[in-house]
Amino acid sequence: MTSPASTDSVPPQLSAGPRPAPGPAADEGLARRLRALACTAPLHDLDVRKANLAGEYSVYGMAEVALAAIDLVTLNMDFDTGADHDQIVARLIPRIAAQAPRRPVAEHERVARWVLENLINVGSVDRGFRAVYGTFTPDGSYVRRDYDFKLIEEVPGYGGSVYLRTTDEAVNVLVGALDTDVTSAQIAAEVKLEVLISRGRLADAQLAAEQARYRTVQYSETLRRTLDATRRNVRAVDWLQAVPDMITEALDHVADRYRHENAILTNIRKARDESEDPEHKRRAAELVDIVKDCIRRHTQLQSRLLEAGPLFRAEQDRQAFAAPMATSGIDLYGHLVVPVLPLPVEQALRVTDAFFARGTGLRTPVSVRVGDLVDILLAPPMEREHLGAQMPEPDLIATPDDSRFSEEQLAAAMELLDLPADAPRRLSGLLADARRSDPELPYLVALLAVHAASPPVGTAYRQGEEKLLFSVDDGTELDDPEFGGADLIVGMALLDAAALRLEGR
Amino acid sequence: MTEHVEWSEPEAAGALVSSAVTPADAADAARLVAFGLQPKLQPARDQEYAELLRRYREDPAFARLADAVAAGLGLVVLEVSPRAGMAVTAAEDSVFAVRMGDYARRASADAGDRFLHGLAHLAVAAMAFPRPEDLADDGYIGRVSVNGVDAFVRQACRRLEERAEEQGEITDPATDAPGLEAAWRIWARRSATGATKDARRLAGSTTGIVGKAVAFLTDSGFLQRTGDDGGGTYRTTARYQLQVRDMAGSAAMAELLELGIVPVTDGTATLLPAEDTDDLELAADAGLPFHSRP
Repeated sequence: MTSPASTDSVPPQLSAGPRPAPGPAADEGLARRLRALACTAPLHDLDVRKANLAGEYSVYGMAEVALAAIDLVTLNMDFDTGADHDQIVARLIPRIAAQAPRRPVAEHERVARWVLENLINVGSVDRGFRAVYGTFTPDGSYVRRDYDFKLIEEVPGYGGSVYLRTTDEAVNVLVGALDTDVTSAQIAAEVKLEVLISRGRLADAQLAAEQARYRTVQYSETLRRTLDATRRNVRAVDWLQAVPDMITEALDHVADRYRHENAILTNIRKARDESEDPEHKRRAAELVDIVKDCIRRHTQLQSRLLEAGPLFRAEQDRQAFAAPMATSGIDLYGHLVVPVLPLPVEQALRVTDAFFARGTGLRTPVSVRVGDLVDILLAPPMEREHLGAQMPEPDLIATPDDSRFSEEQLAAAMELLDLPADAPRRLSGLLADARRSDPELPYLVALLAVHAASPPVGTAYRQGEEKLLFSVDDGTELDDPEFGGADLIVGMALLDAAALRLEGR
Repeated sequence: MTEHVEWSEPEAAGALVSSAVTPADAADAARLVAFGLQPKLQPARDQEYAELLRRYREDPAFARLADAVAAGLGLVVLEVSPRAGMAVTAAEDSVFAVRMGDYARRASADAGDRFLHGLAHLAVAAMAFPRPEDLADDGYIGRVSVNGVDAFVRQACRRLEERAEEQGEITDPATDAPGLEAAWRIWARRSATGATKDARRLAGSTTGIVGKAVAFLTDSGFLQRTGDDGGGTYRTTARYQLQVRDMAGSAAMAELLELGIVPVTDGTATLLPAEDTDDLELAADAGLPFHSRP
């Protein structure tokens, strides 16, 4: 409690004077901020280096393109794969084209690729960036350190393809919340959004919603890693408690977020419907899309979580019944890999060198004869097969068309049944109309009308259909030469998928 | 390894078999060793090889002669059996030994690359034989995939990174002392893959380095390719198990002990459930049960 007194007694301009050297704790915060700052350097660097490119590229805002690229990659990251390289380039081009509309498309594409390659940093062997910063050690000496980071990294996909993912560093740079906890930042973003919406500040709300989505992606990514990892390993996992607990926790989390985001959705929808200003309406509609996307990602996460249980059991069956062996030998992982990794590379090298020298087997030395050498040098170069083996022509057999009605008949029937929503018709009238054009058509119309007596409402909603054919029996009998039964009232119902979801809640 | 050399010393062997040995016997013994130098050749597929192996196992004098030939060539006999064949490997400084400089050109200049290549081989072995029992069990066949090895090493690195962060350590190395950088960081900061112009694996990426290692081990007759999933899947051969168990593992352990690091060992696997049950970080894509508790 001495500090307030001392501040009072010391004149303000002196409070910034010499202080004792900051301790490691204060320095750590500085180091963290320096590292955060370093993550933005590659973006600034793009605008600095664009002058060196062959050609006149100063019209392009490279940092802007780079940020847009990081956005695109982040939003296209799914569970299994990352974003596709070419797709990102294609989506960047409209923005680049807007910056310089008179330039050729090839140049726009070149800019997109240049930016993307620089974000990956293709030129370096690590494909990453390095920044140097200085810190004080606990004993007061000053040390310069290398900070290695990546913004966009390339990850292996299925079938040897390469996908792009944004790193945590990049997401943090993008969102601007540097060095924060994933969970708490997500909650904060959502709370902010709710407040903003309740005050009607939609412009800010959209920004916050986008931030929430980035956070959602980042959070899913963290869980994906944990979950994927867990699925692989059975014997090493505590089956009784830890795994079920973890899954329960994750499911609770998803349910919580889902509830939360649905609440937001309801609020925004209200804002959208109540707002008079068309600009507000549009903004709110965009927000609805963003939050929907968040919910979709959570649903995806949830289905992953539900798959984990059966997978564990299957693996358990497969692996757990092997009889344990009594012998013990070297535990390669526990005795070698684990101790080696934390060592300084100088020392670790001795161990890996020893393993390499004796673990690679033998090679029979090559002895060259001059005769062979001449043959080798004179041999024409091997032609590489670019296209692979020739595909055999597939032997196709046409399946006989045994449908009762032709495509044209179906189209005619559908056209006939495409009634205005406010004018339903009797089946008898429809049948008479159909008979005029085609004697077979009434059968199809009658069939469709009977089907419509029990329309698949739920499916239509899920598929986002706008309208649905229905038919109702009001007791009138059908008077028709070919058909008997009830003279159904056939009509078209308009569906409002969004409205139903609101009511359903 | 040392006793093999001892009981196959040329003088001792020579003194014992000199009375009976004929040039034809010597030719047969050398022929057996020559078969052993073709690691991909399987005894079951070659009648002459199988016949020589049978003779080795039934005729002690012939066995000593073959051992002597191997020792004279700078080879160590690991096992002679129908399953592994004449399993020989290069002694240190033998003409048959593989040198890192020949293996990867960049590795001779760059200590980081050299470490990555060495660690790739160690990690492939650790993935192939995840438990001590697997290494000891002659009937065990390990399975690895390129992406699995990379994912598993990365997982271990990530655990170390998290641990360092928890303890508030700064792991960024000092600029003027790259040799003091923690080994795991070298792997962690190298990219896992990368796009190349001709759709081949980027040689400098970690999957490229692991891919090179498994391809090399396949040429050594240590692995057999079984599929293309996960960047290429492989299964181990008896020879690889012998090589890792009798040569590489112990050599690396000796080096580690010389550095003053004694891995705590009570004879049980490190793959048992972790004591802290919240520790659920397991190697993704590994395809084998790995507990990545460093």
